[in-house]
Amino acid sequence: MGLKLVLTGNYSIAYAAKMARVNVVAAYPITPQTSIVEKLAELIEGGELDAVMIRVESEHSALAACFGAALAGARVFTATSSQGLLYMHEMVHWASRARIPIVMGIVTRTLGPPWNIWPDHTDYMDQRDTGWVMSFAVDNQEAFDLTLQAFKISEDPRVYLPVMVGIEGFILGHTTMPVEIPDQSAVDEWLGPRRQPYVIDGSDHLALGNLASPEDTEEFFMDIQNAMEEAKKVIAEVDEEYSKIAGRPSMGLVECFKCEDAKYLAVSMGAWSGDLKEAILQLRDEGFDVGLARIRYYRPFPAEQLYERARGAKGVVVFDRAISFGSAGPIFLDTLASIARYSRKTPYVKNVVAGLGGVNITSEDFSKIIRKFVEEVESDALVPFEWYHRRGG
Amino acid sequence: MRVVVEPSRYKIPLARPSIGVAGKTGSWRLERPIVDNNACTRCFLCEIHCPVNVIRVEPETGVSINYDYCKGCGLCADVCPVGAIKMVPEE
Repeated sequence: MGLKLVLTGNYSIAYAAKMARVNVVAAYPITPQTSIVEKLAELIEGGELDAVMIRVESEHSALAACFGAALAGARVFTATSSQGLLYMHEMVHWASRARIPIVMGIVTRTLGPPWNIWPDHTDYMDQRDTGWVMSFAVDNQEAFDLTLQAFKISEDPRVYLPVMVGIEGFILGHTTMPVEIPDQSAVDEWLGPRRQPYVIDGSDHLALGNLASPEDTEEFFMDIQNAMEEAKKVIAEVDEEYSKIAGRPSMGLVECFKCEDAKYLAVSMGAWSGDLKEAILQLRDEGFDVGLARIRYYRPFPAEQLYERARGAKGVVVFDRAISFGSAGPIFLDTLASIARYSRKTPYVKNVVAGLGGVNITSEDFSKIIRKFVEEVESDALVPFEWYHRRGG
Repeated sequence: MRVVVEPSRYKIPLARPSIGVAGKTGSWRLERPIVDNNACTRCFLCEIHCPVNVIRVEPETGVSINYDYCKGCGLCADVCPVGAIKMVPEE
């Protein structure tokens, strides 16, 4: 076993990039991400990490620099948040469609205007259709684990897609907890050298992004979809292998918390799932059969696993910290589609959108929402969509 | 830094560029660049600027243009500092 360090979520991600021995980091500062790349700069400057830090003038350039270095064979890392992530968005698509392994940390922050630095999931959800594998952590340990595993998943020939790891700004990003860091030699042996499908380093005449026919183009995209399906297996495998190094059990795409026999299933993603777990323990004491399926990977979406968890439930309540305006929360939409994909008989499924703009949602709030949800299901009077909002506290 | 290039089972949007993949693009030309190699100073600007890489400048013989692929864009005539390249309408 390696070390135990007291780290913020941001530093946990930085340390994972260090353990992966990244060769190139390029980033542009933005709250609340900045301390990730500040830490990496410090590690490089102190000689603890043999890497090149490229300072650039924007997030678009940050990912472009990473993309170029990755094309040439470097293991790269970058991180961003919010408006910066939006500015980077064009390059986000370039990386996945070129099938180039890259790892990026997303420290979520509400999109403006109005200007707001508190976290929700809207910036992260905006990357939904980019073809990146997308994970999201519940705590700092998981932020470290998911980031380190991201390199292995991204560089697997069955996947060859970039991976982004999300955490909520400040809630995880700037608060500390003890984080177990595995042994460097064990990580080196497990992760192996950088792997990628092709290298553009000037030694050969290769051109990327040429004009292609509609049919060829569509086939490239069909392959990304196939690779996403493969990624489900790879993610589970990598988590299993990693659990042997880390000495902690693996969870795969979804964490199941008291969900095996749950009559009422909550679905959520991110740090507030910790508060939700507390609420579930409280509600179990009160006699409610409640459980939680927590999304660890949003893309590929764990459709089979969620269906398996939801099929025996009477009601499913999906918590979203983002909204597709004019429709509903993105996790709700995916959950509903997953259940409908495997069965015509669906349980009651409710969407609760909350915590946007960084509004604090406590375990008390979760308990209140779930009690009301159970009442709605039991009286066959489901309110399928609710924006839960409150002030104070 | 060790890199293992392991091909993917999937398609990758890569290509190997070669002259004339789009056929002999010289047929697209409306104007032909004509070079006066006596006036040419061998500055190489036309070779550097040619977007399809069909111009060669040799110190002895001067500028030669591969008319099979030259599309007649006129950049070479535009950048020539001594006016040694003229664009002439194709017959």
